[in-house]
Amino acid sequence: MLDLSKYDSLGAALTGAMERWPDELCLIEADREHERCRLTYREFGGAALRLAAGFQKNGFAPGDRAAILMSNQSKWLISAYAVFYCGGVLVPLDYKLTSAEHLALVRHSKSSVLIVEYPIWRALSQSDFSETRVETILVTETPAGADLAGAKRWEEFRGEKAPEFRPRKQEDAACIVYSSGTGGRPKGCVLTHENYLEQCATVSPLWPFWPGARYLSIIPTNHAIDFMGGFIMPFTGGGTVVHLRTLRPEYIREAFTRYKITYMAVVPLILKNLERGLRDRFAALPPMKRRVLNALVRVNRMATRRRPRLWLSRLLLKQVHQAFGGELRALLVGGAFTEPKTLEFFHDLGIQIANGYGCTEACTAITVNDMKPFRPDTLGKPVAGMQLRIVNAGADGVGEVAVRSKTVMSHYLDDPELTAETVVDGWLLTGDLGKIDASGHLQLLGRKKNMIVTAEGKNIYPEDIENVFESLPVKEFCVFAANYLWPQRTMKDEKLVLVVRPDPNQNANGTMRGELELRNQRLAPYKRISGYVLWSEDFPRTASLKVKRNVLAEQIGRQLDRSAVQPL
Amino acid sequence: MKTLEQTTDEILGLAAQHFKIPREQLAPSDDFYKKLKIDSLRALELITRLEHHFGIELPDYEVQGVTDFRTLASRIQARL
Repeated sequence: MLDLSKYDSLGAALTGAMERWPDELCLIEADREHERCRLTYREFGGAALRLAAGFQKNGFAPGDRAAILMSNQSKWLISAYAVFYCGGVLVPLDYKLTSAEHLALVRHSKSSVLIVEYPIWRALSQSDFSETRVETILVTETPAGADLAGAKRWEEFRGEKAPEFRPRKQEDAACIVYSSGTGGRPKGCVLTHENYLEQCATVSPLWPFWPGARYLSIIPTNHAIDFMGGFIMPFTGGGTVVHLRTLRPEYIREAFTRYKITYMAVVPLILKNLERGLRDRFAALPPMKRRVLNALVRVNRMATRRRPRLWLSRLLLKQVHQAFGGELRALLVGGAFTEPKTLEFFHDLGIQIANGYGCTEACTAITVNDMKPFRPDTLGKPVAGMQLRIVNAGADGVGEVAVRSKTVMSHYLDDPELTAETVVDGWLLTGDLGKIDASGHLQLLGRKKNMIVTAEGKNIYPEDIENVFESLPVKEFCVFAANYLWPQRTMKDEKLVLVVRPDPNQNANGTMRGELELRNQRLAPYKRISGYVLWSEDFPRTASLKVKRNVLAEQIGRQLDRSAVQPL
Repeated sequence: MKTLEQTTDEILGLAAQHFKIPREQLAPSDDFYKKLKIDSLRALELITRLEHHFGIELPDYEVQGVTDFRTLASRIQARL
């Protein structure tokens, strides 16, 4: 891989990759059974510089912000490199949000450029951009004859002059990444070039890339794991990123064998789906073959308990590994809680699941399991350069996880108050509760913050969804993470509940329930509340009438238990 | 050519069969995540099955954000 200490910015490092491996393959984009494109580093660089020339012709200057809103594809990475080449700041947005959410984040980020794929633009173009700072909108893959509604075609956005590389300092902002807050208070993490280069340098030795190594990119690239694992790491190692335009389980399975995938990042939901598929296939085997498989799995389990032995696992369980293409080194999982038995299942098959813990505020990874030995019950040890401590630990050693490293973000965009609460004397207070065991491994045992993380790795803060319940026919309401009300020492099955103070004259379990269900349906499935709790007292409020959530939560926790939740 | 109602009815039948739920328990306005007790990946399995049945291709963006059978049917109907 590149010696990242030589570079001050992502733009410089990526340019270094173009120069080092011009004829190596960097991108493959497939859609169902056919390939849409293959690009070498030279071709990728050429496409990006044409776009960069267009940016500079239109006055895009160092420090200017460009939001990207598209599913995983070559144009995402080409656009990102073009932005970095011009010294810009990338604002990667989650393409799965609603148009209203997209607009809110584009406005909050003060992006002057929006790069968006046509299907998303078709919906978003109905929005009012007057309160944003967007001056240029580039739309990809617009059908011939389609109305661009004032935007420009990405494919035609060029400049006559070759673009000039704009250097950045390590402490300059590289990206603004939203960790949440699409409905409430947006949390735009300002991550610097140093954050990314440091993160890449520390985790690349664990999962190295080289020309020929291939990463299958299926988690949205705005997500920290895919941005690092599916862009920066492969590119700074001369590897190849494979994009699938249609993300169906069968195409993902085929991609493993067709492209001989080396790594893939997954969220726990996808891992469970893979596990289910494999278990079904094993269950369908004839009894004798099943017994042989079980015996081989037992041998592999014993042989790899202390450390992985990939060559042996591939030998013992050849057909299983061939189903994954025969070249798979690891599945990287993060973003949410993964069940230990799922980790064990794959480990027993010799398929390494590199699980760990991280957060956007710390760029990507804080701790990682190195499998030496295999510990399904922990999130591993801090990565190189990461200081980790437990703040306000109780008698059981559990307290808030705090970290300090060159990967910790600069600040939250335009929110000095929240920044000051979150990064204290250089220590990032994660809001997660955990302890360090005798081996130096981290175990997470709850959250201090009132929020949940879904199985798809999405952070949901109650404030993000409360507006959908506005003007509910009740006296007052508030959304909480169930674990915030009733703390339990687990990160499993996190749910949101609505606490409702009904109107005294109302039939709480009649009309209100129906209305509640209707409102809940308006939310994307992963944001929905699981139930509601009826509360008979006034909500404690501040002088400015904001609900004192922590006080209310304490009262509810004292007087009620989980059985009070009425499921929806 | 099928009507939207016919398409919707076929979708409900296929969903019931795929997820082994009595057909009469499903209605066009139902949220299929909730009714079928599935996650987003299993929903994609259903969509692939529907693609094969109707002989169409539904790009991922067409089903992004769709959660009820009726809306899904209208997306499929538009491609018949």
